[in-house]
Amino acid sequence: MKQLLLGAEAIALGALDGGISGVYAYPGTPSTEITEYIQKNKGDREQPVRSAWSANEKTAYEAALGMSYAGKRSLVCMKHVGLNVAADAFINSAITGVNGGLVVAVADDPSMHSSQNEQDSRVYGKFAMVPVVEPASQQELYDAARYAFDLSESLKLPVLLRLTTRLAHSRAGVEGTARGTQNQLNAPYAPERFVLMPHNARRQYNNLLAMQAELEEHSEQSWLNRLIPGTGTTGVLAFGIAFNYVMEVRQAYALDCPVLKIGHYPLPRKKIEALFNSCETILVAEEGYPVYEELLRGYFGNTHIKGRLDGTLPRAGELNADSVALALGLAKKEVIPVPAIMVNRPPELCKGCGHRDLYEALNTVMNAHVQQHVFSDIGCYTLGALAPYNAIHTCVDMGASITMAKGAADAGLRPAVAVIGDSTFTHSGMTGLLDAINDRAPLTVIIADNDTTAMTGGQDSSANGSRLLDICRGLGVDEAHLKTIIPLKSHLAENIAVLREEIAWDGVSVVVAQRECIETAARKKRNPAAKA
Amino acid sequence: MQINIILAGVGGQGILTIAAVIDHAALQSGLTVRQAEVHGMSQRGGAVQSHLRISDKEIFSDLIAEGTANLILSVEPLEALRYLPFLAPQGRIVTSTDSFINMEGYPTTEQILDELHRTNHPVLVNAAELAREAGSVRTSNMVMLGAAAPFIGIATEMLEASIEKLFQAKGADIAAMNIRAFRTGQALSQLQATAT
Repeated sequence: MKQLLLGAEAIALGALDGGISGVYAYPGTPSTEITEYIQKNKGDREQPVRSAWSANEKTAYEAALGMSYAGKRSLVCMKHVGLNVAADAFINSAITGVNGGLVVAVADDPSMHSSQNEQDSRVYGKFAMVPVVEPASQQELYDAARYAFDLSESLKLPVLLRLTTRLAHSRAGVEGTARGTQNQLNAPYAPERFVLMPHNARRQYNNLLAMQAELEEHSEQSWLNRLIPGTGTTGVLAFGIAFNYVMEVRQAYALDCPVLKIGHYPLPRKKIEALFNSCETILVAEEGYPVYEELLRGYFGNTHIKGRLDGTLPRAGELNADSVALALGLAKKEVIPVPAIMVNRPPELCKGCGHRDLYEALNTVMNAHVQQHVFSDIGCYTLGALAPYNAIHTCVDMGASITMAKGAADAGLRPAVAVIGDSTFTHSGMTGLLDAINDRAPLTVIIADNDTTAMTGGQDSSANGSRLLDICRGLGVDEAHLKTIIPLKSHLAENIAVLREEIAWDGVSVVVAQRECIETAARKKRNPAAKA
Repeated sequence: MQINIILAGVGGQGILTIAAVIDHAALQSGLTVRQAEVHGMSQRGGAVQSHLRISDKEIFSDLIAEGTANLILSVEPLEALRYLPFLAPQGRIVTSTDSFINMEGYPTTEQILDELHRTNHPVLVNAAELAREAGSVRTSNMVMLGAAAPFIGIATEMLEASIEKLFQAKGADIAAMNIRAFRTGQALSQLQATAT
């Protein structure tokens, strides 16, 4: 019986059926639902599956590597920018190799629906020189998750499973296969692989280089790379989800072009050569960066190759059937235009959200200053950048609010104010605060503690409430300048007074604004059995 | 058979509940389903949409191509217009007339109705009012699903069974209320169809 699953959930089911002993992740759109599915559905498994959220993607990746080191299968999940955070561990795990199967599922977000860039994780796969699988449907995601664990274990290398927003957040019927069992604990001493001192690292790196031909051979044989035969002089090289759009157009317009579907890297050279030899022109359709188009085109260019780099397809953003149809030379359809009366409806902070009351107080305080810069971070509170608050002026990467405010303070900017959420603070803010304390930077850090990771749907934070205060004390924040406020309308005057005083103070101060996310609170009210 | 539906609304209005009912009914009817939805930032009070495709054959793209949607089902009138380029020439709009205004420059009701009436026999539904009659304003989504039911290509019994299944955990009375809301919407839709 088919189950209706999001692409993200299909990976989760594949990993569970593939016998993982644990999943490690930090929430991030569009990857969050992989871990959530495992948390909700692991209960009926014979053996326990470890699944709580990690503090950040790096700690998640390293724990997954440790589980693999001990012989068991582990899944680690993140959004594309999360792989930047985990990159050190990821790249080096390709040098050590793995024991139990290790699959890193990375969800890219082309068109930046919920992200600050559209970086393409396949570049990381190439960089680390490990196999990458990129399925094109929900069923393929399930099958590929299982396949990737087998591949990882047989090659003793981590395998990167790349997907993009549309597949992660689209539902389809998925059919599972027989459940596998978990691996036994098996942790052999192998310092020659896992102690990456130069003499070991050099040998391991050479081994990795020597494996590349074998990896390519796996790609040649892979079920994820297959030719849809056709006639005609234009062939299509369709990567990942781009295959779906190409096939949609091929079906809708009764085209008969040959299509080589790519879903397993490194590239299957022989299959690609065969397509190139049988066609005059090749359209390269990649979801994300034109990574392989650039490679195939070569530095001096090959005019027989069309794609994102010559404008045949748009250079940025997601593909769709419409852009692919144009690229295949079909005429643009006449469509009903959006009426002129249409206005944008940007996202906003929920009515009754504590961040609203925090920003109201903060704006009142900042209005009294000539320099009103507020450095902020990634979460629901980023919406404070929009009207009516326009309260924050930066949002770059996880944790950057504190460190950028510190750098600006070093440059002489007064006051220097940072706004960061509880989950973002434990993800990457704590170390920055330590820098500020060590340097006695004149900086006020406001931790908007809503007791959850709200933007991604209310996952548990690594620390909140009194534990956040303990962390700040432990890092060395002066007790006299560690304050808590409650961002409620009724506390406005008091909150303004506290913020005014701490922002005026010439040293590190931390103000924790504590009030539970109204969405999380409402969910607990509806379902009191849910974990607090 | 292939039906392409754009579900439209504002983050938090619950269009995914409508999608879940249709998805389940389609799967139970032995059809293929693809349903792309929006998670993350735009869910916070922004414009959200879901592309829902149902077919008796393989479906390749999760997204609907421009000019090929048979139906735009919207729980907010302005949001129905946002996705007009996706509507097929003979496609239909079924929309709630209950405005949700959380931004500057929201057009007047007359302007929106004018635009809606330019499309092929739109079905306009006073969803909140009908939902209250069915028992609770929270059943508005099922009123809208009922109003759209004649254009979805799935048997009414299958849709009702799917509503029953989705709401049964909340109690038999809640499930019955949502079925009632669905039927109210369906009746209104049939009435409008015969009138035009």
